[in-house]
Amino acid sequence: MATTDKEVKELIKREYEHGFVTEIESDTFEPGLNEDVIRRLSEIKQEPEFMLEWRLKAYRRWLEMDEPEWAHVDFPKVDYDAISYYSAPKKKEDMPQSLDDVDPELLRTYEKLGIPLHERAKLAGVAVDAVFDSVSVATTFKEPLEKAGVIFCPISEAVQKYPELVKKYLGSVVPAGDNYFAALNSAVFSDGSFVYIPKGVRCPMELSTYFRINAANTGQFERTLIIAEEGSYVSYLEGCTAPMRDENQLHAAVVELVALDDAQIKYSTVQNWYPGDENGKGGIYNFVTKRGACIGKNSKISWTQVETGSAITWKYPSCVLRGENSVGEFYSVALTHNYQQADTGTKMIHLGKNTRSTIISKGISAGRSSNAYRGLVKFGPGAEGARNFTQCDSLLIGDRCGAHTFPYIESKNKSAIVEHEATTSKVSDEQMFLCRQRGIDPEQAVSMIVNGFCKEVFKELPMEFAVEAGKLLEVSLEGSVG
Amino acid sequence: MLSIKNLHASVEGKEILKGINLEIKAGEVHAIMGPNGSGKSTLSQVLAGNDAFEVTSGEVTLNGDNLLDLETEERAREGIFLAFQYPVEIPGVSNLQFLRTAVNAMRKHRGEEEMNAAEFMKLAKEVSKQVDLDPAFLKRGVNEGFSGGEKKRNEIMQALLLQPKLAILDETDSGLDIDALQVVSNGVNALRAEDRAILMVTHYQRLLNHIVPDYVHVLAGGRIVKSGGRELALELEEKGYGWLGIKDEDTSN
Repeated sequence: MATTDKEVKELIKREYEHGFVTEIESDTFEPGLNEDVIRRLSEIKQEPEFMLEWRLKAYRRWLEMDEPEWAHVDFPKVDYDAISYYSAPKKKEDMPQSLDDVDPELLRTYEKLGIPLHERAKLAGVAVDAVFDSVSVATTFKEPLEKAGVIFCPISEAVQKYPELVKKYLGSVVPAGDNYFAALNSAVFSDGSFVYIPKGVRCPMELSTYFRINAANTGQFERTLIIAEEGSYVSYLEGCTAPMRDENQLHAAVVELVALDDAQIKYSTVQNWYPGDENGKGGIYNFVTKRGACIGKNSKISWTQVETGSAITWKYPSCVLRGENSVGEFYSVALTHNYQQADTGTKMIHLGKNTRSTIISKGISAGRSSNAYRGLVKFGPGAEGARNFTQCDSLLIGDRCGAHTFPYIESKNKSAIVEHEATTSKVSDEQMFLCRQRGIDPEQAVSMIVNGFCKEVFKELPMEFAVEAGKLLEVSLEGSVG
Repeated sequence: MLSIKNLHASVEGKEILKGINLEIKAGEVHAIMGPNGSGKSTLSQVLAGNDAFEVTSGEVTLNGDNLLDLETEERAREGIFLAFQYPVEIPGVSNLQFLRTAVNAMRKHRGEEEMNAAEFMKLAKEVSKQVDLDPAFLKRGVNEGFSGGEKKRNEIMQALLLQPKLAILDETDSGLDIDALQVVSNGVNALRAEDRAILMVTHYQRLLNHIVPDYVHVLAGGRIVKSGGRELALELEEKGYGWLGIKDEDTSN
């Protein structure tokens, strides 16, 4: 048994790795939200009129909506007037024109985070769009992408440069009034990524965005829009971190994916927002709407997520399978520790003929945390011959945590087939004894057992992310035994 | 090497071991026999440090150091190895990864370089042949879907990889057909060495035809009631435990 001394060491060790604050000058709005704030935001972004109108409409919808209360999470009411809705690193001269112009302090931040922004980016072949608080700081690899005809830029830039595309697709998958947090995001989103893959193009590299919340009392509302034209392919990765703060911070993002005929989008997330301390103080509220529309026939959208951070996660990456033979996939690992709460899962909406979906969800609960899977599989009247396979596994570490599964199935088509498997297991004393008898540290043993449990999901991740995900689990599990 | 003095242990408040005394020297092979419920498996688990058992009194030293003060993993690193009677499955963790993690934990403890994946693969393949296991099984999950025989061979393979000072084999013969028994026994005999001791726990004497012990002890009611040489096992086979005035609680095994 662990001595008090050892426990103390354990606690110190379990510090959040990315919990540093970057000292940079920034322009931050006064807390509070009203139409003037939105107008100012739109002005700073030099947005065309349609964008401002869109935002204001969303804001008015939001005012009429109520915060959802159905999720299996518990937290004090968010004071939306205490949040600042815009924070940008102050530029020394003007907008940074290239990486060389970016505040060196910021670049060091990215270095600490291990983002392959500079040379490392080239080695890894990853193009990174880094969003720091509210603005996109630098997008690497613009040139080779442009050559392939791929557009990968901050969404604020896309609004100005490609207004037609933005007008056509923004809100087409997640309408402004879809839900409370999506409406808020539509009103105040400050930046995010925009990706456009032209017809027949296979994106020459993995695209990646790194999000980081830095300033105190700010919300982060990024918006991502990915459009894959006919026969195109793109793999997109997103990573997230935030500093340690005692106050909770709000993150309400929206991600929209559009896949046309024969197009494929693979979207991977490693989410490691600050989860709060071991007493449940602080941490990010991660209230995110992610949805992809398989509009075209034979199109495919695949979500892979590894969620280890955030105090509260409320997130259901979904697929609307409209096109004939289109495919939706959801692979998820959600780990909660200490007082973290997660209510996460997916929605697979089958509308087209012979549409198929797969859901593999792995929930791991440790400490006093609560981890819920919530999934909807729906077959519309036209979903002839559609099928879904769902596998939902929960793993418990210790006896003070909870796991819940809320599967919903709605079928309006008799030919549709659903398979659902669910298991709950514990890291058993026998497994731990076997590992320890072979000389393996208890913490390493737990991490190995959990990694094995998540294997089916990890193998869906791009190589470099799979390694990161494994390490992340290890760090997140520190202090879960002993 | 191993010295057990007046060892008492209980599980869930029930005393199972009621004063075990045993001395094992390097190079020796000891067999502990006894009917079911006599405390054979408890003794192996207690030596390996299973938290489910509570040592209430007595002492155990390994080369003079107090073993009972050490955590399970520390005992393992000091050279205590337990071949499990019922090895548990760890789904999704490949046998190869598990074995390499274990071997590297030991190497790290000894201040040696950790082995990389390629080096270890080579070693593991060689050792797997020693117990007649197809190297393909290294890629499967730990004990996942293994047959009884494969599990036992996997345990012996681990002993060969980890090269312990004291190997405790808990009912390693149970559930094996005659061919598998031969393979496993060959593996165990390969373990025999001047600087290593082996403690075999078994219900039946047939294993001892293949792995010939230096000493045989009969455990009953939580105590060693008789000790002798190889011939004691043969006598037991002939006359049964009843000969020693012991009731074999379960002979269906």
